[in-house]
Amino acid sequence: MSEFRMPSLGADMEAGTVVEWRVHPGDTVKRGDIVALVETEKGLIEIEIFADGVIESLVVPEGEKVPVGTLLAVVRDEGKPPPAVKIEPVKAEPRAPAPTEAPPTAMVPPPPAALQRPRVSPLARKRAKELAVDLATVRGTGEGGAITEADVERAAGRTAAGAPAPAAVPPTTAAADRLAAMRKAIAAAMARSKREIPHYYIGTHIDMSQALAWLTEENLRRPVTERLLYSVLLLKAVALAVHEVPEMNGLWIDGAFRPGTGVHVGVAISLRQGGLVAPAIHDVDKMQLNDLMRAMLDLVKRARTGVLRGSEVSDATITVTNLGEQGAETVFGVIYPPQVALVGFGRVIEQPWAADGMIGARPVIAASLAADHRASDGHRGGRFLAAIDRLLQEPEKL
Amino acid sequence: MTKDQIRAAILRNLSAIAPEADLEALDPRRDLRDQLDIDSVDFMNFVVALHQDLGVDVPEADYPKLSSLDACVAYLAGKTSAS
Repeated sequence: MSEFRMPSLGADMEAGTVVEWRVHPGDTVKRGDIVALVETEKGLIEIEIFADGVIESLVVPEGEKVPVGTLLAVVRDEGKPPPAVKIEPVKAEPRAPAPTEAPPTAMVPPPPAALQRPRVSPLARKRAKELAVDLATVRGTGEGGAITEADVERAAGRTAAGAPAPAAVPPTTAAADRLAAMRKAIAAAMARSKREIPHYYIGTHIDMSQALAWLTEENLRRPVTERLLYSVLLLKAVALAVHEVPEMNGLWIDGAFRPGTGVHVGVAISLRQGGLVAPAIHDVDKMQLNDLMRAMLDLVKRARTGVLRGSEVSDATITVTNLGEQGAETVFGVIYPPQVALVGFGRVIEQPWAADGMIGARPVIAASLAADHRASDGHRGGRFLAAIDRLLQEPEKL
Repeated sequence: MTKDQIRAAILRNLSAIAPEADLEALDPRRDLRDQLDIDSVDFMNFVVALHQDLGVDVPEADYPKLSSLDACVAYLAGKTSAS
């Protein structure tokens, strides 16, 4: 028997709302399966389960907001018969200290009404919130009467076209609220970082001519679905450099450095409506560039349009922020606690470059490292940036 | 395939990448990436989606020809009728 609890999806999360259960009691689940959709300050997150078993009971009903650590579901080991006596819903025992404003709620089984509620796709639910549409008034046209995003938009259009500007909440409010919540979460994490982490910063300029020339040639050969962006070279180089300077990869917890169990690189992604997320790609050091590219395209798309997964939001062991072609020349990052390092890349700029006694024009990128002085010092940080530079000079080996 | 169908496919794929964008307000002659705040990763997803929808494999060297909505329609119309 195991307990499935509201996970902590990052240093700044205190509570989450169970928006949708993706499993029912009696369902068999495997480690890594997505079992619930949870709304946090970072948007909707798909939550995976980390044990095999059979769902015994769902303790928290859909729509309820509970603190991190609250029991969400009870999972029975596979192969064992269900207990003869029905398990009484357990009172919440948050592992993390419960925030004062949100006392643990006494858990009750989901009301039977929940069973008759129409099925609603996560996107539709998100859209309904943004447009301030009451889902109870929407007629579903999806499979089995499920409410789709289009149904919600139709309902919103009906309202807008109908009664002349009712004193309803403007549709932008939900989005504005979410943005405000995200700003608050970012502020909390960054304030904690600046308060607790003794940052040091170093930087270097990296000649990108080898990497970009290799990439151009490689992309000529590749069909559109397999083409690479230079940002995957940067990600891979950082992940491999970690092997040489492992104290950059891991977490600082309870006064000690815990090395990462893998190289899970958080990718800072700015959201167009404002805000920032840095979900992780797992085991980047072991990935082929093709797979890494696909993973990055998918991650950025989901971060900006849909739903991230719990493990992506919580597992990063080091973060890379890449400002891209529209960005500034240099970035000095703020470490995302409890990580200990953040590597920043500015935009590629063609500039004069002296080599072998000659000056020529080369595409150059400014790489920076913000690292935690409790875990490493500038000498090791310098080795780390030098390793990234060296790896980028042999792109074919990445 | 008609230009209208191509335009619809482009708008559909842009909307999949930037669902928050008001595509009706898009100026068809101005730079797409500027107007929609699309970065290189979004653009790559857009080019891959166009390939899946229209069967056009846009070589990297031609990316500048997809700068605005009108330019996209013209370029892709040339490619689909040629194939």
